[in-house]
Amino acid sequence: MSATTSDTADERFLRLPSPLRRLLSRPELGSVVGAIAVFCCFALVADSFLRASSLGTVLYASSVIGIMAVPVALLMIGGEFDLSAGVLVTSSALVSSMFSYQATANVWVGVGVSLLVTLAVGAFNGIMLARTRLPSFIVTLGTFLMLTGMNLGFTKLISGTVSTKTVADMEGFTSARALFASTVTVGGMHIKVTVLWWLALVAVGSWILLRTRAGNWIFAVGGNEQAARAVGVPVTRTKTALYMGVALGAWICGQHLLFSYDVVQSGEGVGNELIYIIAAVIGGCLITGGHGSAAGSAVGALIFGMTSKGIVFAEWNPDWFKFFLGAMLLLATLLNTWVRRRAEASK
Amino acid sequence: MTPSDTRTPLVELSGVGKHYGNVRALEGVSLEVHAGEITCVLGDNGAGKSTLIKIIAGLHRHDGGTLALDGEETRLSSPREALDRGIATVHQDLAVVPLMPVWRNFFLGSEPRRGTGPFKRMDIDLMRRTTRAELLRMGIDLRDVDQPIGTLSGGERQCVAIARAVYFGAKVLVLDEPTAALGVKQSGVVLRYVTAARDQGLGVVFITHNPHHAYLVGDRFVLLKRGTMAGNHTRDDITLDELTNQMAGGTELDALRHELRRTP
Repeated sequence: MSATTSDTADERFLRLPSPLRRLLSRPELGSVVGAIAVFCCFALVADSFLRASSLGTVLYASSVIGIMAVPVALLMIGGEFDLSAGVLVTSSALVSSMFSYQATANVWVGVGVSLLVTLAVGAFNGIMLARTRLPSFIVTLGTFLMLTGMNLGFTKLISGTVSTKTVADMEGFTSARALFASTVTVGGMHIKVTVLWWLALVAVGSWILLRTRAGNWIFAVGGNEQAARAVGVPVTRTKTALYMGVALGAWICGQHLLFSYDVVQSGEGVGNELIYIIAAVIGGCLITGGHGSAAGSAVGALIFGMTSKGIVFAEWNPDWFKFFLGAMLLLATLLNTWVRRRAEASK
Repeated sequence: MTPSDTRTPLVELSGVGKHYGNVRALEGVSLEVHAGEITCVLGDNGAGKSTLIKIIAGLHRHDGGTLALDGEETRLSSPREALDRGIATVHQDLAVVPLMPVWRNFFLGSEPRRGTGPFKRMDIDLMRRTTRAELLRMGIDLRDVDQPIGTLSGGERQCVAIARAVYFGAKVLVLDEPTAALGVKQSGVVLRYVTAARDQGLGVVFITHNPHHAYLVGDRFVLLKRGTMAGNHTRDDITLDELTNQMAGGTELDALRHELRRTP
């Protein structure tokens, strides 16, 4: 009797049903479990956490990370890092603000110029990486430091202080604000427009990764660059496009910063690059490349948003936020590794 | 099928050489690849096999001698160009992206697409179906083409790469030590697919350091030694023993035998 039971159990273990195995091998699985746990935790300890207004705040906090986490995740799947992503957001806002203020009276011109400049920085990262064959850690660390210096240097040179002049009284401000920093109210919940940008980016990112040829190339250059090159995948073009994707995210975030506060502090953004990377990793991106998803990065960003705001709603000391995050990162990475091994081992 | 020298070879190298700076990696190597034949390139580590492959695959340009495809002298500038000219190379360890599903690997670099404009997308149904059908045609029954290719055995991975090359209309298949890391049984499986590709009319370049595997399937044998050509034979004018002996370095082997012999 006992022998029979163990036999059938063995059989079932060997021939793991395909849908379950597919679910286990989803890159987002770990992060979804984590997000539910974090949500339940704060829903229990903080009464105000479940209010519509609180959820709106949580979504907003998640969205400003999530907008960057999507392209950063794609880049990471493509096997590279971008340490300049955090300060690039500030650079993008500064260029937009200062160009509008100095050169014209219409903010839209600055917004356009900022897009070109920001994309050029992304392209610079990608081309430098391809030309020098240095690790992206070094290349983008260089860009990160140069941008940090330029942000402060140029702002002081042009404005005389560390922050820019307000653009609130300029032509086109209202329409730009509507696009980048407005709020819509849905059923008592105030939803910032960044949440919509975020959702759109997740949708586009998922479409690219799962349905297009470019997505196939992204997985391939991150998973095995030599193999990709040998079958004719344009590796340099793919990676440069990924860096420009990060730049596009930085542009959206930067314009949001500018049009929600009217002024930009030139020292901001330092350290955020790690937050984007952590969100992507919690969302199931493999740090060595070749595996991950856009939706996962969104869940990673959501965990960030819930934790940072949840700690406030629970009236805990916000100093614990970083500790919580570190623990979350370790757990998520361990879980991802474990899940992936299970999925790959079951033949 | 007997080699007939009157036909124009698919690939013909004559006196090809390659230098890396001051280092001579390859010099005076000639070989022919005909449709429906297997040309074996044998050599020890460092004999110049990899350099030779890289020239045929378009990864490196030769700097001496000539390379002719279908009788037309040419110089390949990229792996893409080699592929477009019908030369598919299956590299020993960089053939696939392990974490990607089998069907994504199968079409990597040549993805079929449908739709227009921003909605242009991969034809995933076609890709899945074709992968399954093509592998089945080579005798591999894969239940799930969604599994990461890294979960397949080494022999199966080589076979997927070969099936891919055949499907994409390769005329010449270059195999870089396909049996080097495999056990006896797996090697047999791979050799069977190599001959299957030959029977479909492809010209095959089979690089190996194993004369036994080479002699099982080869029609022509090119021996490399320290970057130069040490021999060029058709199957008729060489036996397995001679091949093994030449491959192992004849006189060097005698010297080694002498050296290792117990002194009485």
